[in-house]
Amino acid sequence: MEQTQPQSVHVHAPPEGFLWKYVFSLDHKVIGKQYYGLALIAVFTGMILSWLMRFHLVWPNAKIVGLDLISKSGAPGGVITPEYYLSLLTMHGTLMVFFVLTNAPFAGFGNYFLPIQIGAEDMAFPRFNMMSFWTTAAAFLVLVLAFFIPDGPPISGWTAYAPLSAVGSDAGPGLGWGQNLWAISIGLFCIGQLLGSLNFIATTLDLRTKGMTLMRMPICTWAWFITSCIGLLAFAVLLPACLLLILDRMAGTSFFIPSGLVISDRLQNHAGGSPLLWQHLFWFFGHPEVYIAILPAMGIVSHVLVTSMRKPLLSAKVIIYSMISIGFLSYMVWGHHMFVSGMNPFSSLLFSFPTLTITIPATILTLIWLGSLYGANIRITAASLFALGFVSMFVSGGVTGFFLAQPSIDIYLHATYFVVGHFHMVMGVAAIFGILSGTYFWFPKMTGRMMNETLGQLHFWFTFIGTYCIFMPFHYLGLVGNVRRYASFIDDFMPALMPVHRFVTIAALITGAAQFIFLYNLIHSRFFGKPATDNPWDGTSLEWSIPSPPPWNNFGGKHPVVYHDAHQYGVKGEKGDFIMQDSPETAAG
Amino acid sequence: MRAKLISITAALALIFAAALLHARAGGGTISGKVTYEGTPAKPKPIDMSKEPSCAKQHATPITTETVVTGPGNSLENVVVYISAGAPDDAAPSEPATFDQKGCQYIPHVLAFQVNQPLKVINDDQTSHNIHPLAKVNREWNKSQPPGTPPIVDKYDKPEFIPVKCNVHPWMHGTFAVLKNSHHAISGQDGGFSLPNLPAGKYTVTGWHESYGEQTQEVTISGSETKTVNFVFKAKPY
Amino acid sequence: MGKLFGVVLAIIAILSAYPIVAHWYVQPVDISTHGHAIDEQLADTMAEAGLSFLGAQLLLAFFVWRFSQRKPGSRVWNIPGGATLMVAAAFILVGTEILALGVLGQKAWANVYFTPPKPDAMQIQSQAGQFAFYFRYPGVDGKFGPLHPDKIDEGNSNFFGLDPANDVESRDDIVSAELDVPVNREIQLLMHAKDVGHSFYVRELRIQQDFVPGLDLAVHFTPTQTGKYEIVCTQLCGLGHYNMKAYLNVLSQEDFDKWMKQKISEQ
Repeated sequence: MEQTQPQSVHVHAPPEGFLWKYVFSLDHKVIGKQYYGLALIAVFTGMILSWLMRFHLVWPNAKIVGLDLISKSGAPGGVITPEYYLSLLTMHGTLMVFFVLTNAPFAGFGNYFLPIQIGAEDMAFPRFNMMSFWTTAAAFLVLVLAFFIPDGPPISGWTAYAPLSAVGSDAGPGLGWGQNLWAISIGLFCIGQLLGSLNFIATTLDLRTKGMTLMRMPICTWAWFITSCIGLLAFAVLLPACLLLILDRMAGTSFFIPSGLVISDRLQNHAGGSPLLWQHLFWFFGHPEVYIAILPAMGIVSHVLVTSMRKPLLSAKVIIYSMISIGFLSYMVWGHHMFVSGMNPFSSLLFSFPTLTITIPATILTLIWLGSLYGANIRITAASLFALGFVSMFVSGGVTGFFLAQPSIDIYLHATYFVVGHFHMVMGVAAIFGILSGTYFWFPKMTGRMMNETLGQLHFWFTFIGTYCIFMPFHYLGLVGNVRRYASFIDDFMPALMPVHRFVTIAALITGAAQFIFLYNLIHSRFFGKPATDNPWDGTSLEWSIPSPPPWNNFGGKHPVVYHDAHQYGVKGEKGDFIMQDSPETAAG
Repeated sequence: MRAKLISITAALALIFAAALLHARAGGGTISGKVTYEGTPAKPKPIDMSKEPSCAKQHATPITTETVVTGPGNSLENVVVYISAGAPDDAAPSEPATFDQKGCQYIPHVLAFQVNQPLKVINDDQTSHNIHPLAKVNREWNKSQPPGTPPIVDKYDKPEFIPVKCNVHPWMHGTFAVLKNSHHAISGQDGGFSLPNLPAGKYTVTGWHESYGEQTQEVTISGSETKTVNFVFKAKPY
Repeated sequence: MGKLFGVVLAIIAILSAYPIVAHWYVQPVDISTHGHAIDEQLADTMAEAGLSFLGAQLLLAFFVWRFSQRKPGSRVWNIPGGATLMVAAAFILVGTEILALGVLGQKAWANVYFTPPKPDAMQIQSQAGQFAFYFRYPGVDGKFGPLHPDKIDEGNSNFFGLDPANDVESRDDIVSAELDVPVNREIQLLMHAKDVGHSFYVRELRIQQDFVPGLDLAVHFTPTQTGKYEIVCTQLCGLGHYNMKAYLNVLSQEDFDKWMKQKISEQ
């Protein structure tokens, strides 16, 4: 690998004034925190929406006090209507997938730590960076606005399948301006992510400090780099898809709408479009999006695990190559979301094989994490507990992928709670565990204060046991044939299953409530936490070589020189059983 | 409590005054019968099996109501109203009630005035979604889960509005939003009556959801009763 | 805490697997000729995935239990075989799984999609619209009349948009809100969407297929047991999605003929 010289010329002056320091900051660290903060708002909003949904599913006629103040037509007298349930579902999915699972692990932590971990003073394009955040923030505001317009939020799910999403308000409430706002929001989000991905790639390739070869980069740097490559392609497809959707809705085009549709007794004035085109475009983005959420989490978890285990992972190289092959394969599998959608049945076979194949690199990753634990000396902290929890969740969510990857089984399990259980575990909960692990791990660096460890571990136990209680039963429900996205369960076989649903709802309420322990810990520790040292976890990567919190120009105007990869653990170094990346010493013995 | 009492008294007084006004109006009456000629389409049974809670309310399946006929070729559900010649009336305060019961709209055709309150109630154990497909007025689309309060709304322009339930495709009805209080809907025998018309020249219109509308000119002098009959042409399909 | 993690995770893993092993949650009875292949495939996958799940979780639990919070400065060591072993294990374990499930399992898929319906299969058209299914039988002439979307008049029970005034073939078409079929007879269901995307899902039939607007598809199946089964929509289609269902009545040939006769008389 070639050695790259850092280019220090682009560095901007230290920011002055509140507005430039904290709002329109060019500093990648502030922007990282802004992304994280946005994700935090989104995740708690999304969680409360999921509470409302779970509540409505098991107590459909119960009045929720005050909900009619937010939406008079959506919840007359506090009772959630079927369309408002779908609004909640759509907004929950959109907020969580886009504004949490993409924002926090990738844009949030990536922005903050990628430049530091490669020894750079900032991103390659700081102005683009600021722009990408504010575009994302605007996208968020546009989306949330849908709650407060008379039409209400859209009801077509986060997948926004056409023609339901394309034909406008004839097809139901929320499909007028609500759906317009959704499409505009996601379009904006794509622009933000495209700018961000481009920035990540340029930064990784051009701004590595002396001695930081590609293979010496920490695994999470690699994960962000691979993710940005995936993101660049994925969002570049979703953006035009959103534009076409907006054109269909506002300009009378018919990309996704065929002729002869009669909706609400009205013959639609469209002809020639294909609903499957939307599904192809959406899932061409949608499946890689799963890896955009999970790859950074894998990187963070590898980073936390290696620091906590006090020994190197069995092979960093194998992990990196596995992640690259996952990224590559993620573009060949989108059709597995469409086995029963009317696609040519031969293509189902073609999509099934790469989907099954993708489990090979995923299994390699799991086995490397597992095998590395053997003979280790694991330091148990909130961060490492969440990292270990991630491995467990990734396995639980991963094995169910075997079922759904097979078209024949998908005939039975498609659109049931089995799918909901699968993707919540592997994409939702696992990625959230990655985010939480990263938060407990990097909080000292980001704020200069430690988080409360006792509260952190308490939070872990509630979350770990709670999420299993919520999502495991979903698989059982799916096996019986319980269909997802239903506002209430009126099917003849459902009464027998309601106790399971009640159990899940209660578990969701408790687990959700436990997240406020985390929120309290986060805010309280930010101001009153124990002061943190520069390297509280005895880490080796560059972020631990600078003060906590880092100065505005990261390395104080100097350029660190790197001598090792980031896995020098279990050795005899000057400071203990590890050697920092920028330490010229060599491992003794 | 006191305020409530006062408002009830005030409302009663208002109704009394309105009744007095009505009585004083007196005047003539237009009445008659609506019939059809030709072969109307056979009413079709409605299969509600997808909604068992409604299906069990009907011992025999109800039939489609787009054309309802009676003995002697009488035609039901025709809105007969004064389309010209009468001044616009102030809207009455008592609401026109539209009921959803057994997954059927009761009545099938509801006539009320511009700005008169419209009250939609759900007597079923299932959610309905009432969607009046207004073109001139503001279109809306509201779900009504069982046990929720009535939906109250009003229309500010005259219009015949087809109404459908967005959950149960067979549920269709009509709102006839009219400018004045002189309106009637033909009953089982096809009969109707428009009382209390002051002397004057009127255009009487009969409107049927499948067969369109017809008009006739009538002059009323004093307290006479004039007979106006409508004959609609029926089609088998 | 590391020990606790090990114990809790082991308990979670065993409790998660228990309802499956104890057969608390099983698919409803299969009433189709092709369904057994899907069920077998599901059972095989469950066994393999279940073992992988238990193996990985228990290994994780044990390793964390055994190797956490040892004395500071304790010697650390690598698993014999190292990364090579892990990569080889992944390829062998998952590779065989892919071969076994992927290749052999395609038979079940082929049964549904690559075997054409027999020429004497009974054709029934199904139309999905917000939020009900309707079914059309070709009537005595054995021919479906053409569809005219502009003629759809739901208040008048013309759900398909038939024009019996002009199309002779439409006059005897029978429209029903329930899917009544004779037992042990192959049915070819022609699928038409009236407005947005919907799906046809009968759990007992092991059939799920989307209705795609503008793209009329067909599925075929042979029900083998009489009874009443739910047909539900599984593609999000709007506010009444949860309430979009119909019934599949599998009748004896005799009962089916009787039903058909009554439907004809209602025309």
